[in-house]
Amino acid sequence: MTDPARPIILLDRVTKSFGAFQALKGVSLEIARGQKVVVCGPSGSGKSTMIRCINRLEEHNGGRIVVDGIELTASIKDIDAVRREVGMVFQQFNLFPHLTAVENLMLAPRLVRKMPRREARELAMHYLERVHIPEQADKYPSQLSGGQQQRVAIARSLCMKPQIMLFDEPTSALDPEMIKEVLDVMGELAAEGMTMIVVTHEMGFARSVADLVIFMDKGEIVEQGPPATFFANPRNERTKTFLGQILTH
Amino acid sequence: MNFEIALVWESLPKIVEGMGLTIELLLISLTLGTALSVVLVLMRISGIPALVWPAFLYIYVFRGTPMLVQLFIVYHGLAQFEFVRNSVLWVFLREPFWCAIIAFSLNVAAYTAEILRGGIQGVDRGLHEAGRALGLKPYQRFLHVTAPIAIRLSLPAYGNEIISLLKGTALVSLITMYDITGVARTIVARTFAPYEIFVSAAIVYLCLTWLIQRGVGLAERRFGRYVRR
Repeated sequence: MTDPARPIILLDRVTKSFGAFQALKGVSLEIARGQKVVVCGPSGSGKSTMIRCINRLEEHNGGRIVVDGIELTASIKDIDAVRREVGMVFQQFNLFPHLTAVENLMLAPRLVRKMPRREARELAMHYLERVHIPEQADKYPSQLSGGQQQRVAIARSLCMKPQIMLFDEPTSALDPEMIKEVLDVMGELAAEGMTMIVVTHEMGFARSVADLVIFMDKGEIVEQGPPATFFANPRNERTKTFLGQILTH
Repeated sequence: MNFEIALVWESLPKIVEGMGLTIELLLISLTLGTALSVVLVLMRISGIPALVWPAFLYIYVFRGTPMLVQLFIVYHGLAQFEFVRNSVLWVFLREPFWCAIIAFSLNVAAYTAEILRGGIQGVDRGLHEAGRALGLKPYQRFLHVTAPIAIRLSLPAYGNEIISLLKGTALVSLITMYDITGVARTIVARTFAPYEIFVSAAIVYLCLTWLIQRGVGLAERRFGRYVRR
């Protein structure tokens, strides 16, 4: 199953339409195990759609997506196998409001991995410590700050021991003073070798953590490269315009 | 006209005797109706036309007609049919008590199904996605995420439904039964003092309503511990 030479994620001319609107117009991408990819681009560029196709929250219409050797098809068995490998963190956190922080973390291990309650709780506490909020374990999401909620959400995904983590604008809904605590946790995760795809406009994070930056516009990958060259010498006009807009403020 | 407060108090114990039947009707039809409503709402949201349409039609018919008419159809109407009288069901259908239970349960089921559907629709889409992304199966997402939140969202409307059913049980006084209203009517027939007696009945209903409100309030707090106040 683990052939280090094989890309852990392969997108081959992936297309996706919502009615008449074509969100992805043939996106191809290969991501190696342990690689950290930052995806940026204007809203409506297809970046969220692309990562949502990787764990099949959206079904692509054309092309191929292969995750850790499993091609995404309509077969439910494959989807479950892929979702066990892929964690996802959402812009709006999407914590289960009726469960405490630790219960949020325990739910999937108990139901999907059939883990006994005690063991699931130990696992959950371990990951709450990893995101530096074990003391909030028994609070409900509504009692936590946005930054704390997002860290709980990251820990909730990690409890399933995924191979890949997808982040869909994880700091966009946060107050500025809370962005750093979330990015710090993500940086630590990256340092441990997690394969990550992060849709974000946090260019500081891209510079320091990413080994590949991708710019998308109108459903296509317009430009990609290591952060050093991507930020210093963007070649495409659209990339230049976009970077000019987001780096000035 | 003169209003005798004393008569209100004197008639209360008698009327309270009718309360037992009122509560029985309320609890039994509430239980049966709620159980049926769960089936209905699952059909309604199943997305399978063969299930959605019968549930939709059922809800439309039972919400769209007066409960009194439904009660009369069950009590007077069904007995017209020979095959009904010859069937096992006749054991129940010849008893006004069971006719009332049937009519009320069917009615409650229709309303409660709609209340629950509203609750289910009120659950944030993002939570479904989080559940899917974690690999939870559809029934696991429904049981562990959607249902508990939907129940919390449905409770206030469900509380209204219980109170409205409580008041609806008074209809059984029209099919020979002695619930709170039925007892009150017999006393009125004897004493010719409608004001005092019906005020007395109203007091008993209000006490029951208060209890229901308390109960629903407690349930809301129990299911809504997570809601920030």
